Amino acid sequence: MTTTQPTPTPPTYPMARECPFDPPAEVRALREESPVSRVRIWDGSSPWLVTRYDDVRTVLADQRFSSDVDKPGYPATSIGVKARRKASRSFIAMDDPDHARHRKMLIGEFTVRRTESLRPLVEETVTELLDAMETLPQPVDLVEAFALPLPSMVICRMLGVPYADHAFFQEHSRALLDVTAGADAAKHANDELRGYLAELVAAKEREPGDDLLSRLVERRIHTGELTADDAVGMAFLLLVAGHETTANMIGLGTLTLLRHPDQAAEVRGGDPATVAAAVEELLRLLTVVHTGRRRAATEDVEIGGVLIRAGEGVIAAGESANRDPEQFANPDELDIHRRGNHHVAFGFGVHQCLGQPLARLELQIAYPALLRRFPGLRAAVPVDEIPFRDEMVVYGVHTLPVRWDTAV
Amino acid sequence: MRVSLQKDLCIGAGQCVLAAPAVFDQDEDGTVVPLADPPPAEEAEAVRSAAHACPARVISVG
Repeated sequence: MTTTQPTPTPPTYPMARECPFDPPAEVRALREESPVSRVRIWDGSSPWLVTRYDDVRTVLADQRFSSDVDKPGYPATSIGVKARRKASRSFIAMDDPDHARHRKMLIGEFTVRRTESLRPLVEETVTELLDAMETLPQPVDLVEAFALPLPSMVICRMLGVPYADHAFFQEHSRALLDVTAGADAAKHANDELRGYLAELVAAKEREPGDDLLSRLVERRIHTGELTADDAVGMAFLLLVAGHETTANMIGLGTLTLLRHPDQAAEVRGGDPATVAAAVEELLRLLTVVHTGRRRAATEDVEIGGVLIRAGEGVIAAGESANRDPEQFANPDELDIHRRGNHHVAFGFGVHQCLGQPLARLELQIAYPALLRRFPGLRAAVPVDEIPFRDEMVVYGVHTLPVRWDTAV
Repeated sequence: MRVSLQKDLCIGAGQCVLAAPAVFDQDEDGTVVPLADPPPAEEAEAVRSAAHACPARVISVG
């Protein structure tokens, strides 16, 4: 009788977390033992999971790994995300040259200097929200009162989307980012949101304002560079990406700071360099885009000594790269004084987050302002009663009830 | 220190401006613009940091 080597079944990805503040232990084990290895995902396919910092950057910087959901082997995050990406194509799911052509129409809106000019708007919005939060009976849900409305109000103002409609688009973007949602639910949310934005783009054609969508209409649609449908895809991407990611960094980042009172005190102090470094460290440690960046190999490419074949899927696990001890000393510790913190929380390569200067600005203003306004700020429930967003594309907390000391 | 930029590949992520604001800026369209060429010696570490951070690997340091 001959014996054959049994093919081990690859572990299922994403894995479950043991601790809400750390990636799953199994991801760490793979990084140590088998840094480029097969995993099984929801559709039964077995893409490669890349877990080391250097390898993750190599994959994301190499355009032989495609972001196009229609490419053979593309490992979609969920059936709902797949349906959405097919139905609402935006440049996040395109390769160059199409991706570059679209992205270049927007990067002028997100330069470091241009974003800095939004500082007064962000500061006013923060003050307004904190004023309102102060009048609420405790405990207050920090997500609803502050973490979600801040980025939502800012991106609405920037795009020219009426914030009054926020309940509508927040509900639909939640459905779009829920990996447990089916294709129909995702498609429905997608159609609703696209319909809404198509009407808005048409309204900007009739009556332009001083906002990003009006500028797209005037400078890109009217010149024939961009179709109205593509503009809707862009607006869709900016609206959804613009509020979920930063919102979750505010919620989860605040909770993390509250668990490190000494470092929170330094952030409260407000020294700009300290605050900026603290924001980078929270971005690295928490990596709220927590189930990898998805690509499909279009050619045979060797990564970390493993040959990845054309037509195979690749998941570049940023959440693992950001905890790689080869790159970050004591990677599981929060250290707001960490130097050379070149994390991949915003991704890497040509698809790296377009809105990162805006995210940084919002976080750099939000954390110290919140901590200063509410002395003794603390979670009102134990950690095990806080609902974490395990099932969402963007990790964080669904709600975070907080209390603070009031003057007597 | 010599710095070369492949400006046509720049994606306007702005990482270089954050890492080395005395050496790199962005034009109105977001593309990298050198402010100091060659950069002063005291900026060497910041420039290396910018080169490492650049997601499109546009900056090379020689």
